[in-house]
Amino acid sequence: MDPISTIAAAAATLLAIILALYSSAQAHDTVFAVHMMIFAIAGGLTLFFLIRNCSFTTVKATGPQMYNDSIVRYGIIATLFWGIIGFAVGVLIASQLAFPALNFDLPWTNFGRLRPLHTSAVVFAFCGNALIATSFYVVQRTCRTPLAFGGLAWFVFWGYQLFIVLAATGYVLGSTQTKEYAEPEWHVDLWLTVVWVAYLIVFFFTLLRRREPHIYVANWFYLAFIVTVAMLHVVNGLAVPVSAFSSHSYAAFSGVQSALVQWWYGHNAVGFFLTAGFLGMMYYFVPKQANRPVYSYRLSIIHFWAVIFLYIWAGPHHLHYTALPDWAQNLGMVFSIMLWMPSWGGMINGLMTLSGAWDKLRTDPILRMMVASIAFYGMATFEGPLMSIKAVNSLSHYTDWTIGHVHSGALGWNALVSFGAIYFMVPKLWSRKELYSLKLVNWHFWTAMMGIVIYASSMWVSGIMQGLMWREYNSDGFLVYSFAETVVQMHPFYVLRAAGGLMFLIGGVIMIYNVWRTIRGEVKVDQPVSQIITVGA
Amino acid sequence: MNHGTIERNGSLLLVLSLLVVAIGGLVEIAPLFYLENTIEKVKGVRPYSPLELMGQNIYKREGCNLCHSQMIRPFKDEVERYGHYSLAAESMYDHPFLWGSKRTGPDLARVGGRYSDEWHREHMKAPRNLVPESVMPGYPFLMQPLKVHDIQAHLKVNKLLGVPYTKDQIDNAAVDLVSQANPDSDGAEDVEARYPKALVRDFDGKPETLTEMDALIAYLQVLGTMVDFSTYDAKANLR
Amino acid sequence: METYTAMRAFADSWGLLYMVLIFLGVCFFAFRPGSKKIYDEQARIPLNEEHPNND
Repeated sequence: MDPISTIAAAAATLLAIILALYSSAQAHDTVFAVHMMIFAIAGGLTLFFLIRNCSFTTVKATGPQMYNDSIVRYGIIATLFWGIIGFAVGVLIASQLAFPALNFDLPWTNFGRLRPLHTSAVVFAFCGNALIATSFYVVQRTCRTPLAFGGLAWFVFWGYQLFIVLAATGYVLGSTQTKEYAEPEWHVDLWLTVVWVAYLIVFFFTLLRRREPHIYVANWFYLAFIVTVAMLHVVNGLAVPVSAFSSHSYAAFSGVQSALVQWWYGHNAVGFFLTAGFLGMMYYFVPKQANRPVYSYRLSIIHFWAVIFLYIWAGPHHLHYTALPDWAQNLGMVFSIMLWMPSWGGMINGLMTLSGAWDKLRTDPILRMMVASIAFYGMATFEGPLMSIKAVNSLSHYTDWTIGHVHSGALGWNALVSFGAIYFMVPKLWSRKELYSLKLVNWHFWTAMMGIVIYASSMWVSGIMQGLMWREYNSDGFLVYSFAETVVQMHPFYVLRAAGGLMFLIGGVIMIYNVWRTIRGEVKVDQPVSQIITVGA
Repeated sequence: MNHGTIERNGSLLLVLSLLVVAIGGLVEIAPLFYLENTIEKVKGVRPYSPLELMGQNIYKREGCNLCHSQMIRPFKDEVERYGHYSLAAESMYDHPFLWGSKRTGPDLARVGGRYSDEWHREHMKAPRNLVPESVMPGYPFLMQPLKVHDIQAHLKVNKLLGVPYTKDQIDNAAVDLVSQANPDSDGAEDVEARYPKALVRDFDGKPETLTEMDALIAYLQVLGTMVDFSTYDAKANLR
Repeated sequence: METYTAMRAFADSWGLLYMVLIFLGVCFFAFRPGSKKIYDEQARIPLNEEHPNND
């Protein structure tokens, strides 16, 4: 950066540091004091790097314009880092349900505080970083232009990491708004809003500066994801803090209205964060890895408009048979069922991209990972509409079936497609000829797959079983089981579920090892993958 | 305009996407704010007393809502197990709602009055001493003193958001907070007057200090007890 | 109940018609005559790239 913009940025940062230090001193509670201190430290680091990177020689870049890939490299490392943390906390809280002694009965280790840590680490830290990294990778290449506002893009990356740290420390210290997947308190929400608007600006202006007449469909999905998440986050986050120096706030809406606003948000966190954004990933990386264009571009357009239009209505299915008015419940159910069609249209489009190249599945474990993820997308988007039918929901709601459904989506679809994209990008971004070992990719695939299957099936059984036990009557017309009696029956399934999660975590560790060796530039001499697969299968 | 234009024009794509995703939310959410029958007409639901409100904040802080629902559905088994199905009116002062989405433990919408204060206290400290099958974490640390920076500010913010706290209630919030857990105090009777049906007693068995346990048990014991069901007409409130 | 009934009637008639028309519109645009060639080109965007300067 040149001296003048450095001075401007440094002055702004300094002001922010002073404000943060003042707020920390004035804080009404520990969480706010700690968070303002974290802000101040982050500001200090920013200042340090601003000054260090200030260059007094005014060299105008005249050489060929290059993609801004270093931010994608950082993004991939952040994705892997937060992924492992998210999976590990998941294994811990799954074990807590099987063996409650693991709660240690301390405020910072109890299930109630670690559960949002797990969900946020996986959804926002792992998936969020994967989305930011891949969207920056894809938009530059499909628009054939570097990122607009490179400095702002770095702000997005580091600002987002700061958001994750604030959210995570808040949860452990007991700071929460209680709204699922929107737990961070008002000051953290405000920070995320700033970062997200910067993300929208970077992405949108990169699109506008493209050197390609058309906007490739992957970018449509990414754009819809960014703009919709902004809308959802702002509306659902509306709250009034108790004081400017308190971490505590009360949500703007109450009761039934807050319930619908929250699940309008919550369902579309799934619909746009975990679906639209990841479909963008699918529409780029699957054709790349298969080296053939998407099966039907027309279908992808219908897929896009239908998915974004229908998804937003589906939220009320989280509130079946509650105090939400029936008309809203029914509307939510109808749209959820309709959503099945475009979802499967997208699945077919992804899978059929391989038509004529199915043999690659035998030799290419990365492609296999992507195809498996699309299959899980299809399964989860079939199960979802099924569970939104009121009669089915009356059984599944409040049980582990929901947990199983979420994980077949998150582990099967989101994580596998991200893994595939990362395996695709790593050799390219670090200029390596190939991955360290395809054999390890194969190992990762099968451990993860086994983990998901064990996880999802144990949750199906325990969920349906508990749901049926709750409503079981004996011939005298009395309820057969007390609540506590149904809890005992869950134990073996909770143990199995923790084991499934552990396998998925081990898969993640294998991946990190493989990526690390690849980055170091090593290539393992394996026997040809085709042989391993015939042996393994 | 044809689709080719949309495919080429980034701004148009942005605006159209935003329009398309805005429709569903608007149509579903907006009517809830002015359709008169969204919240039932029913007597008895009052704003939380300062101690109950702080108890609810502890409930939120510890993530109780992640394993306990507060929403009884109108099914025979649920009504028999937990009590009358939940009404929208019962959570109209909860900012935000705490209906929950998962029952790792039982529903708590009508837990008020079902167990003694002592049971709650011992259960919270070591759940498996009372319910051997339970997988609930223990909360012995709730016996620490309740720290509230400015109780009036909490009530004022709620009032700003539509909870009908009176001036009297706000002015006396600090006294009420302490008095509700101390039946021998001068302010004890006033709490009952200001908050009908409020329970005034030493909830945690530790009269000398106001603890987080006091607040949480005061909150749990009032859950689901406010509505006067003799005045509730289910047919008139059919939605 | 008044507002509810009125809104329900509107949603069941004009609202439904509106959505069907929008859906048909999107399908028509996607399948309009002559779009195949354009779309085939667009579908190849990810496969044609690599460097920003390769015009």
